[in-house]
Amino acid sequence: MQDKTHSSYKQLEQKSKYTNMFLRWFLYFVLVIFALYFIFPLYVMVVTSLKTMEEIRQGTLLTWPSGLNFDSWLVAWGGRGYGAGDTFLKPYFWNSIKMVVPAVFFSTFIGAMAGYVLTKWRFKGDKWVFLFLLFGCFIPYQAILLPMARTLGVLGISNSVIGLVLVHTVYGIPFTTLFFRNFYVSIPSELVKAARIDGAGFFKIFFKILLPVSTPIIVVTIIWQFTQIWNDFLFGSTFSFGEAAPIQVALNNMVLSSTSVKEYNVDMASAIIAGIPTLIVYVLAGKYFIRGLTSGAVKG
Amino acid sequence: MAPAVGLIGWFVYGFVLWTLYISFTNSKILPKYELWGVGQYVKLWGSRKWLIAVDNLLIFTALFLIFCVVIGIILAIFLDQKIRAEGVLRTIYLYPMALSFIVTGTAWKWILNPTLGIQKMFIDWGFENFTFDWLVNREMAIYTIVIAGVWQSAGFVMALFLAGLRSVEDEIVKAAKIDGANLFTVYWKILLPMMRPVFFTSFVILVHISIKSYDLIVALTQGGPGISTTMPALYMTQTAFHKSQVGLSAASAMMMFMAVAAVIIPYLYSELRRENAR
Repeated sequence: MQDKTHSSYKQLEQKSKYTNMFLRWFLYFVLVIFALYFIFPLYVMVVTSLKTMEEIRQGTLLTWPSGLNFDSWLVAWGGRGYGAGDTFLKPYFWNSIKMVVPAVFFSTFIGAMAGYVLTKWRFKGDKWVFLFLLFGCFIPYQAILLPMARTLGVLGISNSVIGLVLVHTVYGIPFTTLFFRNFYVSIPSELVKAARIDGAGFFKIFFKILLPVSTPIIVVTIIWQFTQIWNDFLFGSTFSFGEAAPIQVALNNMVLSSTSVKEYNVDMASAIIAGIPTLIVYVLAGKYFIRGLTSGAVKG
Repeated sequence: MAPAVGLIGWFVYGFVLWTLYISFTNSKILPKYELWGVGQYVKLWGSRKWLIAVDNLLIFTALFLIFCVVIGIILAIFLDQKIRAEGVLRTIYLYPMALSFIVTGTAWKWILNPTLGIQKMFIDWGFENFTFDWLVNREMAIYTIVIAGVWQSAGFVMALFLAGLRSVEDEIVKAAKIDGANLFTVYWKILLPMMRPVFFTSFVILVHISIKSYDLIVALTQGGPGISTTMPALYMTQTAFHKSQVGLSAASAMMMFMAVAAVIIPYLYSELRRENAR
């Protein structure tokens, strides 16, 4: 009797081991299939950019390129060297850098200050002020495009990098405020109170007490703002054209301008060039990127 | 503080009010300031293009939501099973979020084009009658936008749910297992119901992304073939900057604004209440 139950138990254990193993395999199978689906467009972009147009016509999307041929990358970056109608990304890439750096700096700084006040210099109704700012994260920008276009015109900075810096700084503030506010809320206020009793001023407390511990949230904010502003198309395409355009607008124009034969390899190389800065940041600092993503969504 | 409140007050709230005002005027190329009533809204809802845009938005939002949430949850639950190389897989699922819709739209446009893309790949593999021309097909083009949109955003839902699942205490799962619940029951009956706030957040974020979606359509179809993939955001910019119908485009912008507000305000309110309760 004793023996029998023991053996059937063993059988059962064996069986569950098999089902378990099957489940594990199934799990990995599904995960890998999805990984392939997510990787597929990137793979296609890279191999297409390395092919000649002849190879593209002969092979399929997946065909491996015959060699490392960076010609289309050079064309995408620096053009073909003839005058009119030769669009290439290099000048627009620099436009984007000139736009991103100051816009990230100003929006981060203003957001840090606002987050600091909202948590450490609390006042009646500060929750409402926070809500007032937070709503700015979500508004459809279509509702501000028309007056913004007029304002930039009046200020004389429409179709300029400076205009775009202003736009991105302003509409980045709700996000940066959210990040810093949620970070500073978790830092004990006792230190601030003690410093205030000792007579330290508003800025001194910020620079001496809060700023030194803010590195992680500064990194999150900078990465978030950099990615958003670099990838923006709506503001770029509405408020700039021609020479002042940022890289996403230039990429779109390049892909759409079908003057002669469509060169898919150059299109793909251009897309990679436009995407590579944010991709590198994501690979190097993915942890912070994800933190920005999820705290942009999950408040408090 | 003052600069933040001042800038947002002016550039967000002031500008929205300006747009609201203009939507009640008969502005064409330049804004006019005498009131004209609700004429622009009447015109808007009588326009075939706008109705197509709203229709597309509803189709897109529904499919985008369903696929993103289902794929996101599956990936999150599967990744939660002590998977080897979890970090690598997670990185792969999420990298599209780091790219712009213009970059990924360019890639998808190339992949989906019938002459040299997926269709050709299958024909070359021997499936001679294989057709996949959704991108240039009036009826189907909107679904290519769904494909690209889901690809871009499903990883985001995964990240939200993974964070949610990881925040549940192990004890709860252990206790359920001791009571004889299998893994399926644990997730279906216990963990997923606990994820209600995450569902809610995903819903709000995804709906708001889809109402605002603009770049992806520009990169993939420019609203075509014809006007078959127009969406409200594209309608608004085209009406304002190509057709110079400022009043009409302001009306369409306000419709978008109200749609987003209807989703976001209850969300922000409930988040704030939850925080106050703590």
